[in-house]
Amino acid sequence: MTATKNILLVGVGGQGTITASKILSNGLVAHGYDVKMAEIHGMSQRGGAVVSQVRYGEKVHSPVIDEGEADIIIAFEMMEALRWLGHLKPEGKIVINNYKLPSVRINSGIDTYPRNVLERIRDKVHTTVIDASDMAEKLGNRKTMNVVLLGALIKSMALEDLPWENIIRDNVKEKFIDINIQALKAGMTAV
Amino acid sequence: MKKLLTGNEAVARGAYEAGIVYASAYPGTPSTEILENIALYKEDIIAQWAPNEKVALEAVIGASIAGGRVIASMKHVGVNVAADPLFTFAYTGVTGGAVLVTADEPGMHSSQNEQDNRYYAKFSKIPMLEPSNSQEAKDMVVEAIRISETFDSLVLLRMTTRICHSKTLVAFGEREEGVKQPYRKQLDKFDAVPSTARKLHAKVEKRLLDLEAFSNETPLNFIEWHDKKIGVIASGIAYEYAREVFGETVSYLKLGFTYPLPFKKIEAFAKEVSTLYVIEELEPFMEEQIKARGIECIGKAKLSNQGELSPQILRAALLGEKFEVIDYDRSDIVPRPPTLCAGCPHRGFFYELGKRKNIMINGDIGCYGLSGFEPLNAKDTTICMGASVSMAHGAQTIFNRYDENMRAVATIGDSTFFHTGMNSLLDVVYNRSNAITCILDNRITGMTGHQDHPGTGYTLQGMPTTIVEIPELVKALGVKHVRVINPNHLDEVNEAIDWALAIENEPSVIITRYPCALKKYSPQDLEEFGALDSQCVVDEETCIGCRKCIKTGCPALIWDPEKKKVSIDTNQCVGCQVCLQTCPVNAISVKGVSR
Repeated sequence: MTATKNILLVGVGGQGTITASKILSNGLVAHGYDVKMAEIHGMSQRGGAVVSQVRYGEKVHSPVIDEGEADIIIAFEMMEALRWLGHLKPEGKIVINNYKLPSVRINSGIDTYPRNVLERIRDKVHTTVIDASDMAEKLGNRKTMNVVLLGALIKSMALEDLPWENIIRDNVKEKFIDINIQALKAGMTAV
Repeated sequence: MKKLLTGNEAVARGAYEAGIVYASAYPGTPSTEILENIALYKEDIIAQWAPNEKVALEAVIGASIAGGRVIASMKHVGVNVAADPLFTFAYTGVTGGAVLVTADEPGMHSSQNEQDNRYYAKFSKIPMLEPSNSQEAKDMVVEAIRISETFDSLVLLRMTTRICHSKTLVAFGEREEGVKQPYRKQLDKFDAVPSTARKLHAKVEKRLLDLEAFSNETPLNFIEWHDKKIGVIASGIAYEYAREVFGETVSYLKLGFTYPLPFKKIEAFAKEVSTLYVIEELEPFMEEQIKARGIECIGKAKLSNQGELSPQILRAALLGEKFEVIDYDRSDIVPRPPTLCAGCPHRGFFYELGKRKNIMINGDIGCYGLSGFEPLNAKDTTICMGASVSMAHGAQTIFNRYDENMRAVATIGDSTFFHTGMNSLLDVVYNRSNAITCILDNRITGMTGHQDHPGTGYTLQGMPTTIVEIPELVKALGVKHVRVINPNHLDEVNEAIDWALAIENEPSVIITRYPCALKKYSPQDLEEFGALDSQCVVDEETCIGCRKCIKTGCPALIWDPEKKKVSIDTNQCVGCQVCLQTCPVNAISVKGVSR
């Protein structure tokens, strides 16, 4: 087996990062990896920045991922990509959803959304930008954006051989299974 | 097959496997999900929310004395509330095995302090277990019940946020039903009057010696020999971090049973290694005790006693190493601080209260603590659960004593009022205060994620129960001036604040009554408040871009700096209409929507 791999899923409360990391973790467990997953509940849920940390390998000790340690970051939102970029290994990859979700303070005109986010990140690391929100909308359910991004992550980490369709079947509600499988495939072909 | 569980889910599974039959708690991050998950074992465990942690522990004490296996869980500061019964239950011992879970919060993700509750084990002289992952969290509940019944003592299980909320793999075991002892009256054990308590104290000191012997023998404390140049003593999440950083290059003494410490094992380990590190989060709990035994070690000289540890911190402090980090401009990244949700019933109240002059607003623990931030600016203080009311009384007493033109106001939620606010209001009434108490009743425990409480009409395991009505309760406590208002109606809010400020010599209580915008309405809620079936819309032509509505701080309002107009996010708006009442040109209207 390989050395421990580190994955960060970052976004904003309500975007489905936690569900995506749950599907990912359960898939990795079913494949026989040791897995640890960290998330922080509490006040950070209310419109705040959300991060899920998934570590897998033969034997995992710490559940947390520090700066300079992530093999890949999946950013559900552009400013969050910029916020967490420091956690990426310099040779790591980042997959960014081409989507801006301004904070309350930006909406109120107190703060300004950072400029040229994608260019600034592209300048530093291996970057893939995908329109996951649009793709999910086209599939007929904008909430599957998280699974589109999960598909992109799976492909980027060369994990596509795991039985993801079965894993999705075990982890989402019956009526959402088909659309989530489509979303996963769409994400896998987008990178 | 193993399953990924959070530490909290694992403790719940452990409670099931340990044959526990009764559990009680008050919600508090990061402990809340322990009891919520125990409650799912409906057939086997009776799980109940108590109004506060003291009551939870006392209920559990009664259940243990009556012969059942029991568990109480709470956040670190909750143990302060429960400290009174804790210290004497530590003297009496148990009948059915008893576990107290403390969920500490290094880093204060959602707490007002980061006290290290390991000192409670030493202070109250009870054994303590510290898991490093979910498997250990589950297994240690089973072990804790065994220790409790063997040594006749309450056992402290000390968790931290990273253990509570991280998911790691857990292999399940079977449930082991305890043997129910028949209840026996034992005055010499459970009647802690001075003459008995003196004898009990002697028993406790003897018990500590027995527990230290156990600590030296138990496989919960084990040595992993590798290179002997460096030895590491660690417990809890710090052990996993140390393992991550040092791998198999150093030797470990991993401690799962951390009070009393296994000094024989520690001495033997220390003798073999050249340099001894004690790696622990927060205070030097182990380090101080180890040094007191004359054993040289390095701990807080290299590691801070503030905030969480991490592998990175250990790597930098102990190895002088750092991973290469991408260098980039972070200066324009703006924060996403938590805010009151769209449609939050606290918004209208704080919007008006924050405009008042010459008042001191005492806040409390809950969502309404978010009132202190821009743009609402409606808070002066936060200390602990229930403190707003008693602090307002104290502050008002001083303002009155020095003839200052100031009024002290308390703002407290429904669940927090039931927790300890009630006692404080009694103080206000009894001591002839004119402090103003505002009970923000959103019909649920909000911040921790919607737990029922004595005012909601339901128990944790879904039984309908008596609804304790706050207005009647407040009147029963002796308050003569009580008003119940809808906080989404700003004129009602203003009128009530004027009314309370005009009552100069007696206590007054304003109760705002409206459900949390995220609450799943009960049938009673639907009958009283109706369904959420509308949204607000801004007429772009009429909007003059004055941004008065933005002052409410509602996250559904979006300012377009180019057009200089406000719009409303239909994904978030629930039609509370607070913004509508602030618009000077009536640009905002209501439309019906189906949900």
